[in-house]
Amino acid sequence: MAIAVQKPEKTDQVPRSAAPAAAGRRISRPMVVAAILVAWLVLFAVLRGRQTLTLAAADLTGLHRWLNDVNDSVGANRNSNPLFLYFFNEIRLVIDHLVTFVQSLISQPTGTRPVPQIGWLGVVGLTGYVCWAVGNWRVALLAVAGFTFLGLQGLWQQSMDTLALTVSAVLVALLIGIPLGVWAGLSDRFNRIMTPFLDFMQTMPTFVYLAPLTLIFLIGGASAVITTVIYAAPPAIRITAHAIRSVPETTVEAADSLGTTRRQQLLKVLLPMSKRTVVMGVNQTIMAALAMVTIAALIDAPGLGKTVVQALQSLDVGTAFNAGLAIVVMAIVLDRVTTAAAAREEATRRSGDRFLKWRMPLLAAGAAVSAVLVYLSHTYVWAAEFPGEGSTGSHIASAADTATTWMQDHLSGLTNGFRDAITNGLLNPFQTLLTDSPWWLVAAVLIGLGVVLGGWRAGVIATVCVGLLVATGLWSDSMTTLASSVVATVLVMLLGATFGVWMGRSRLVDRLVRPTLDAAQVMPPFVYLVPFLAMFGPSRFTAIVAAVVYAAPVAIKIIADGVRNVPETTVEAATSAGCNTWQIITKVQLPMARSALTLATNQGLIYVLSMVVVGGLVGAGALGYDVVAGFSRGELYGKGLAAGLAIVLLGVMFDRITQAAARRTRA
Amino acid sequence: MARHWRAGAAGLAVLGLTLTACSGAKVGDSSSAGSKSSGGKCGTFNLAVNPWVGYEADAAVVAYVAQHDLGCTVNKKDLKEEIAWQGFGTGEVDAVLENWGHDDLKKKYITGQKTAVEAGQTGNKGIIGWFVPPWLAKAHPDITDWKNLDKYAANFKTSESGGKGQLLDGDPSYVTNDAALVKNLKLDYKVVYAGSETALIQAFRTAEKNKQWVIGYFYEPQWFLSEVPLVKVNLPAYKTGCDADAAKVACDYPVYNLDKIVSAKFATSGSPAYDLVKKFNWTNDDQNAVAKYIAQDKMSPDAAAKKWVEANRDKVDAWLK
Repeated sequence: MAIAVQKPEKTDQVPRSAAPAAAGRRISRPMVVAAILVAWLVLFAVLRGRQTLTLAAADLTGLHRWLNDVNDSVGANRNSNPLFLYFFNEIRLVIDHLVTFVQSLISQPTGTRPVPQIGWLGVVGLTGYVCWAVGNWRVALLAVAGFTFLGLQGLWQQSMDTLALTVSAVLVALLIGIPLGVWAGLSDRFNRIMTPFLDFMQTMPTFVYLAPLTLIFLIGGASAVITTVIYAAPPAIRITAHAIRSVPETTVEAADSLGTTRRQQLLKVLLPMSKRTVVMGVNQTIMAALAMVTIAALIDAPGLGKTVVQALQSLDVGTAFNAGLAIVVMAIVLDRVTTAAAAREEATRRSGDRFLKWRMPLLAAGAAVSAVLVYLSHTYVWAAEFPGEGSTGSHIASAADTATTWMQDHLSGLTNGFRDAITNGLLNPFQTLLTDSPWWLVAAVLIGLGVVLGGWRAGVIATVCVGLLVATGLWSDSMTTLASSVVATVLVMLLGATFGVWMGRSRLVDRLVRPTLDAAQVMPPFVYLVPFLAMFGPSRFTAIVAAVVYAAPVAIKIIADGVRNVPETTVEAATSAGCNTWQIITKVQLPMARSALTLATNQGLIYVLSMVVVGGLVGAGALGYDVVAGFSRGELYGKGLAAGLAIVLLGVMFDRITQAAARRTRA
Repeated sequence: MARHWRAGAAGLAVLGLTLTACSGAKVGDSSSAGSKSSGGKCGTFNLAVNPWVGYEADAAVVAYVAQHDLGCTVNKKDLKEEIAWQGFGTGEVDAVLENWGHDDLKKKYITGQKTAVEAGQTGNKGIIGWFVPPWLAKAHPDITDWKNLDKYAANFKTSESGGKGQLLDGDPSYVTNDAALVKNLKLDYKVVYAGSETALIQAFRTAEKNKQWVIGYFYEPQWFLSEVPLVKVNLPAYKTGCDADAAKVACDYPVYNLDKIVSAKFATSGSPAYDLVKKFNWTNDDQNAVAKYIAQDKMSPDAAAKKWVEANRDKVDAWLK
């Protein structure tokens, strides 16, 4: 109750301090920010350690207990509740059938048949053909090589299990996502309603809803697919909406003036014109689905994720790395193919029908060949089961083991020093400032920064988020997590600026570095966490490093694009004015890529927040640990859910502030 | 042109067919088909596999015997404890083979929802406690008495422990009173949550190798102890009832008699797999042997189980009587 009473008072205070910034341009924004921070430090010195709202690891609040009860009552009533009998169970059945069908095609034996309907030769052939048909021959070659590599790794069956689940999940996600995306693209109101839900689906840690999902949809394919869909559908919805929105106004008006109906407009104008961007949405959905492979393994989803999780029970980094590499290979193949497909949409629209005459017969021939391959792999054992023992896989595993052992033996002295320097010099002071200040002081600072940087609306959102954070009962944990996340984001931005500028200025570097970035994004974190644990021990710093590995690629890619998009002529003008390279970077390229920098900060922080739970597994404590604990222990379930909510709130608050700030800098 | 290609494709297809028609075994041939003859009586047996190697060893052996001696179709499901128990009610899980106490789950699912029943002990003794790496116990023998822990607290300081000694805890699903213990024994330590078993094992492994100071939660039977034989620190001895109030615990953990839990439905199904689960019983050494095959010799669970079963036929036969 105290929260509700104190909140309005706080909102009154903050605007007053921030008002001059908005009113007079004379006081610059950085000065106001500095003033807020100085005031914070002074008050911290006076009020340190008071009203910090700490909660011990095993303690619960009323809200947490209530959430526990809700969860228990769902479990107790699942067999009698009509919602279950007629709604959830039906959904489960449909999705279960879909998964079982796809699995019987490529990954699992059915009935008396000891192998799936289509063997490796058929899958490789068919994949190559489809990739060529929707993309080009280069990606087809890549796909064939990639899939054959999966077999050579000795992971054919697991890879196909993963592929089956991914295909099913992506199908369902697109079936839901594209229509919703079109709707959100057409209607502003619906878009506004959808956005918070999408934020929620993307930032709520999966661990929070994993256990309830198995209660609702049972353990098995359906739960795995639904978990994946929840995480993978939002990009499809967002990007489709964005695609529809970015069809030029004039084109739509032209169609209007021709007297098209709404339906015609959608089918003949909007959808065809946004096809390319929608395919990019499919791409992002596939990537998101692959990111869920290891998490779905925790509820018995078959595939590569299981291999990773099991190998790590005995700290077998080699085997885990081999399986992780298979996920990376699959992701890169699928990414390049969908990217090529998107580019093809563009190319076919531009080029005339020069190729069409050739294309049809070639397609038919390809279809015939792949049909033969499928038939062979259905009939003959040699084409059904991947031959060999997967010796490539064991070579990869032992090489990874050797590399890890070497790093652990030779680098650990160095790494501990680095960890202590960052922890004591940066993280600890900042965390103390956040956790030991009275909660209302930190809240006022957050809201004040929101108003100054993002404007009134961002201030209101910050106020709501801060209020809800207090209500979760996990204020202190949230501040600890916030401290680590901000430090991680700072490191991400340092890396992002360095590599982003380098890649943006040189095509060659871009081409060399990009595959590594892709790999860092899709490699399951636990694979590289074991070596990190060996080097840094279980600590908040280890969690920060893991978050940086995951989040830096995104920031680097965005900044590289931003730098590249600075007009050539501007750079040339600066060069001819006698600027040296350093000056061009700091005075021309980076300032002109400012909106890319803001976007990179935004995405960097969101990606860092999505690693909070992984951080909880390696010693970060706080919210991440709360979520993991809630997943593993029934009596802590409510607290885990509250921690998940707190992560969402932190994410939403920073997303809105940085976006508003980005709009202001552009204006 | 089109006719050309079509002809080419047809030619290719025919060529492919003739080339392969007489080569290689066909799918479904008795010689090549993996003989999974499921005996009618047993049917399917859904076995939960909780995420630690010791449990995996139990599951591997029981699954192997159920499959080969009873002709069951065994579905192993990799699940955490909480979700596995939840599966008793939904019919997705028939048996949990190694339960560590978990009075909370017993209360909820056995006495509350009545979806699960106990199926006797596994014969394994579970020991939980605070452990230090062997080099430390050798260099400072008195460290194994809890009364001396404060003396060494400064050595256990890390970047995470806020000036106190660090007591490392692992996976949150483990049974632990450590925070209460530190408080009630008035130790100058702070519990730091590593958050996963992987992190915990890696910490001990590095500590032994680089002679670092680490003290943390651990348990046996555990495969890692055969790699690094951690030494247990003696806390005030356990007496019945001394852990009744979780907030006031000031004594060591009891020795857990690990037990088996099955779904209520499975217990009355008359499945021979239920009898197997009920009679399944072995020693810590047995489990450690199989766990070692899996974790250190990197055998597949099935191969590990085969090796053990073939060497211990008499024990297996006792479960099947």
